Formats: sequence, C-alpha cells, structure tokens
Amino acid sequence: MTPVLSVLVHNKPGVLNRITALFMRKGFNIQSLTVCITENPEISRMTIVMSDMDEAALEQVIKQLHKQIDVLKVTDLTDQAMVARELALIRVNSPIAERAVIHSLIEPFRANIVDVGRETVTVQVTGDAEKIDALIALLRPYGIRELARTGLTALPREAAAGADAKRAGEAQVLHI
Amino acid sequence: MPGISKPADDEMLSRTGETGALWMKGADMVVEALRREQVEVIFGYPGGAVLPLYDALYQCGIRHVLTRHEQGAIHAAEGYARVTGKPGVVIATSGPGATNLVTGLADAMMDSIPLVAITGQVAKTVIGTDAFQETSIIGISTPITKHNYQIRHASEIPKVFKEAFHIANSGRKGPVLIDIPKDVSGEEAWFTYDDPPQLPGYQPTVVPHHMQIRKLMHGLQHAKRPVILAGAGVLHARATDKLLAFVEKYQLPVVQTLLGLGGFPASHPLCLGMGGMHGSAAANKALYETDFLINLGARFDDRLTGKLEHFAPNAMVAHIDIDPAEIGKNVPTDIPVVGDVGEALEMMLGIDVPPPDAAAWREELLRVKRELPFWWVQDGPAIKPQRLIAEIARITKGDVIVTTDVGQHQMWAAQFFPLNQPDRWVTSGGLGTMGFGLPAAIGAHFGHPDKQVVAILGDAGFQMTLQELAVIGEHQLPIKVVIVNNSALGMVRQWQELFHGERYSESLLPWQPDFVKLGEAYRIPSMRVERDDELTSALEAFLGQPGPGLLECVVDPNENVYPMVAPGTGIHQMVGVKP
Ligand SMILES: Cc1ncc(C[n+]2csc(CCOP(=O)(O)OP(=O)(O)O)c2C)c(N)n1
Ligand SMILES: [Mg+2]
Repeated sequence: MTPVLSVLVHNKPGVLNRITALFMRKGFNIQSLTVCITENPEISRMTIVMSDMDEAALEQVIKQLHKQIDVLKVTDLTDQAMVARELALIRVNSPIAERAVIHSLIEPFRANIVDVGRETVTVQVTGDAEKIDALIALLRPYGIRELARTGLTALPREAAAGADAKRAGEAQVLHI
Repeated sequence: MPGISKPADDEMLSRTGETGALWMKGADMVVEALRREQVEVIFGYPGGAVLPLYDALYQCGIRHVLTRHEQGAIHAAEGYARVTGKPGVVIATSGPGATNLVTGLADAMMDSIPLVAITGQVAKTVIGTDAFQETSIIGISTPITKHNYQIRHASEIPKVFKEAFHIANSGRKGPVLIDIPKDVSGEEAWFTYDDPPQLPGYQPTVVPHHMQIRKLMHGLQHAKRPVILAGAGVLHARATDKLLAFVEKYQLPVVQTLLGLGGFPASHPLCLGMGGMHGSAAANKALYETDFLINLGARFDDRLTGKLEHFAPNAMVAHIDIDPAEIGKNVPTDIPVVGDVGEALEMMLGIDVPPPDAAAWREELLRVKRELPFWWVQDGPAIKPQRLIAEIARITKGDVIVTTDVGQHQMWAAQFFPLNQPDRWVTSGGLGTMGFGLPAAIGAHFGHPDKQVVAILGDAGFQMTLQELAVIGEHQLPIKVVIVNNSALGMVRQWQELFHGERYSESLLPWQPDFVKLGEAYRIPSMRVERDDELTSALEAFLGQPGPGLLECVVDPNENVYPMVAPGTGIHQMVGVKP
C-alpha cells in the first residue's frame, strides 16, 4: 500500500520542519511531499505520499501527525475517491526535423510544449503519477535532458469529502 | 505589527482600566506570566542573551536556584515536576546554555514530565548570521519537545506562555521550550493573561468513551487470569486512590512499571511489584500467563515487555492511555481506551460487574510472590548493595523522597525500596540518563522542602553532575547523597560479564576520587562505610543528622542485578529468580 495523506497545518514558519523531523525520528519514509497554501491563508495543506507500509505503521503515522500541535486535520486519502495530480516538466531532445513525432506522442496525454529550443522542447504534463510515468517512458528513447516533478497534490472528491477518518474497503484512486 | 508603538498615556490608562491589560516590557512580561502560572521556583543559569530576563527576575519574588550547569538545572526542574505534578521551569542562555538543556529535554520527553524551558536567543536582527552564541535550539529541540516556540515579538509573550504551560501539563505531559531573542525582552506591548489558550490542533481526549469502558468491564468479568499493569499514567493522573479502590473491589493483582512505582502501595498484598527486565518473578509470571491485561497508563516499553511475541501471548489486552499513539504501538490491543487514567478508573468503578472468578490465579501469584522475592546472599564482610537499599528504607520507614541515577543501583532501589505513596520516586526511565539523580534530588527538595530526600547514586553517574553538590552545600539542603560505590559502571560491567565473555571493556573504575573529601570540599558532612557490620549504625547516624550529608558506601563490586530477562528473550525466560 502506498498511503496518501492530506494534512492541514498552521501556515507558520517551522511547521514543515516539525513534520519532516517527526518522519525522520519515527523512521517513516516519504515518497513525495507537497506543501501549499489553502483557501485560508493561515492554513497550509501538505500532501504526503508515503513509501509502502502496512496498516499498523500507517495508523502510527496518522496518530503521530495528530499529536503535532500545528496539525489541524489528517485525512487518509489512500482508499478514498480523490483527485490526485502531479505536474512534470520534461526537457527532451527534439531536433527540429523530428519535432512532429514528439507532438504526436504527447497529444493523447494532453501535455503541452511550454518551451522550445533548437535541440530540445520542454513538455508540461499533469495527471496522476502513472500517467506521468507512462509519458516519461515514451519520451525516454529520445533522450530526456532534464526532468522536474512536483510530487502529488490531492483533494478528496466531493462525494467522499467528510469521510476523512473512515477508510473505504478498497483502493479506489480514480485515474483520469 | 499592530500594538507595537507605545500608546499615549491617557489611552494606556483607559485600556488598563477597562481590560486589565498592562503595557509592559518583554522581560517583565515573562516574569508576570510566570507569576500568573504560580511558578514558585525557577532553576537556571544566566548568560548574555538572557541578561534582560535576569534583570527582570532580580528581586522579583520568584525564587531562582542557580545550579552549576544547565543540565543540572533542567534535571532539577524535572525532579520538581515529578514530585509536585506541576511544570518545572528552567532558564538557560542561548548557544551553549541551550544545548546543555538537550539531555534534560529528551529525558522529560521520554518520561512525560511537564517542563517549560526558556532559552535566550541572539537578537532577531542577527538570527541566521552565526552570531556569537547563536544556535538553532528550535531545530535541535523539535524532536525532543512536545512543542516549542520562538517568540518574534513581545506581544506574543502572554499567549505563548499560556499555551506552553497548558501544553506541558495537559494530555500526555511533556517539555515545551520557548526561545526568546534578546531584543524581544526590550520590546513593549500589551499584556493580558485572561484569554484561554486557542489550540484547535491540540484537544487531548480526557474522558474515555463509555462504550470502551463497558467493553473493558465486560471482558474483566469473564477473565480467569486478570492483571493490572500500573504505569506512570496513574501518577500523572493523580489516580492512586481510585486504583486502590478498583483493585480492592475486584481483587486484581497489580504489576507496576519502573515509573509507575508508588502508584499502588508496595505493602498491599495484591502488589506484585515491578515487572520487566529486572522485575519480580511473580510480576513477570502474571504478565506472561494473564488472559486479561488492563494497562493503566504504561507504554509497553521494551524493558517491560521483553521479546514481544512472549508478552502476554494469550491475553485480551485493554490499554488506557491519554496518548492514542501509544495504543497498539507495541502490543496489539483488543480494547483501546483513550483518556485520562483517573477518569477511566472512575467510570470503571461506576459500573458493577460480577468479580472475575480468579481466586486460584491470585493464590498462585501470591505463592510465587512469597516464594520468589527479590533476594541477595550475605556471603562475606562486604556490603551488599541490595541490603544497603533495604536498610535505608527500613531506617527511614520509607517516608522520604528517593531519587536515583541510572544503573544497577537504580534497579536495586526499584526492587528493595518499597514505595507506598505517590510522588516519592524520581528516576530516569525512558532515556536512562546518568547524572540525573543528584540534580533531580535538588528539584525534589524544592517541591517538598519539608521532606527528606535521599539520592541513591552510582559512583559513575554521580560524577557526571557532581558539581551540583555546590547547590546542596550552599543552601545546606536536607538531601542525603548515597554513593553506591562498586568501582564500576556496574550495569555495563554486568552485561559484559554475562554477554561479552567477561571482557570488561572500559567499565571498571579502580581509580576513584576521594568521595568524602569531595563532599567536604562542598561543605557537606561526609562519611564512608565499607563493612557490612558497620552499615546499620553508619546509616542511622547518617540519615539521622539534620541537613545535608554524603555517604560513600563501598559495596561488593561483583554483585549483579537479578532476576534478569536477557535482551531478546521473553519475560517467562528469567534467570536468577533465586540464589
Ligand atoms: C549519560 C549516560 N551515558 C551512558 C549510559 C550507559 N550506562 C548505563 S548504566 C551505566 C553504568 C552506571 O554506573 P554507575 O553510575 O556507577 O551505576 P551502577 O550501575 O554501578 O550502579 C552506563 C555507563 C547512560 N545510561 N547514560
Ligand atoms: Mg557503579
């Protein structure tokens, strides 16, 4: 299981350090972590994708997060309907003569070219992690020069919102 | 920032008149906040970054105890908190002052001791420039405090102090650190202390869920081999009377943790004493064979449980803890109860169920308790450390506060000093901090100035913080320092004897200072005793004198702590249960 947690915290200096210090202290491994401000400027949302772990370990992570004074709410999105997105920028070799190939490759991904040079183009793609992985795999043969990924950010779907503490039986991360 | 510029005189007067708010300097606010929190004593050590604070403290009416090292100050604050249930307060300067608090913070974090630690910091204007005596104590202390704050403007002081005291001393207690840049002390702002703390992210559950309590009582009624494990949570909740009432109502045997000692009277027939690595045979048998374990505020520490797969393997486990993260952390739990142990016991007492049919089990445990008590063999003229402890308990009738350091003597004190009342036992459990016992005794004294305090220390651990003898000597505090001198890092020596083929690597201390002269150098009446036949009279003289005293007890250097559950084995695999 790769747990996804959405954590609302006070938007104050040092809070990110508290959370990462907690993860280090308890030996929890993070796959990705994004932090951003919410509709309320005093509150930030952290979307944390954990490395594989069992139920008991995840329960301990959630409880430890709750113990932090600056943590206001922890939502376990792992088994919930959620909208989860990542953005990647991929600078790929693309001599002008072959540029049409890249265009046709990225089109089904609804990715865009956001920067062009003589030798390369930079592709911007958003989606869940698997979609981005797939595009990267497709582009790799052409030579990826540089790659930047944001890590996941997520919200529960409207139908699922409010069901934060309870965990649904099955994983149902919706892919679009 | 609003509220920084000084208001006009008439505006100031009218606001003060209307709301009680006072226009004050930061340093004075700190003192005022401590006053509002009814702090009676502060342990600390001054320095550059806290000069304005010490200026405000000068003749302010709150007692300040100058230790000789910041580590001494924070352990003293811990000792004070342990015996009073109130937060201990410690102040240190920035940089080295703050880093000297680290061990004490970690110790208090592990053992859930309420502390408010105040550190000075370099001025805001130079934070981040590697200014003289700058260190990021917030970064350093984040993993070893329950919470910490760096104050950015004097106007935050009342709110931060109110929150800090609240957080330190509620829920699962612990240390809170407040870092105050030097220039903040000189800033002026409004001071009001009436608003309750606003902490939406901190709402500890105090009252347990009644359904869980019902489940627990239902389980208890059907148990055949019930046992209570009483941890420090009983003491933090000040619930010893309720525990006694519950135990007597259902006639349940009680096992205690190291930190739970004193939460249930050792003299009670149903008390099996401490369980775990150096616990009693009866206590560990109870933990191994039980079919229904009620954990009251203990955290199933590995020194208690031994190898987890052999811990209460056939039991239904009910765990009452104010910290939900402790429940299920180490031992799978059937009946989790989040809440204060006292509240839980009260609810448990409010439900009447038929007492479990456990007479045979009780008899069996009490037989083991009778037949396999803690033991020693008097086999020569040397003083046996176990008898030393037992004699101290006998002569004082147990009516003292006992502090210990860490090592063999600590385990012997836990085994042979029967504790019948709460708040009499001060020891470092979770962190196992050598150097804790002497300064903790000083703090305990200031918590209960009318009580005699006996500090039972190892010859090695004593030397880690012995400079605090100065505090005892200076104020002639009625603290009796007992050095259990086995010329060794005894507990290390024991493990090397048992598990490392008697290769005593760096654990023997054949060279020692003259402890008697050392005590006398600090103007503390000091003596030495070396023979068993002189022990009783020496102890009577030593403990009978008023004021401070230091006694070096030269004990048999080969004595080991038994029984023992070897590391990596189960609690049913004890060795040394009898001579
Ligand atoms: C600060 C610190 N350093 C090291 C240890 C490891 N340690 C545990 S017990 C012990 C020996 C203690 O010797 P002493 O104080 O003489 O007590 P004894 O075991 O001999 O009674 C040591 C070194 C520790 N607990 N704390
Ligand atoms: Mg020793």
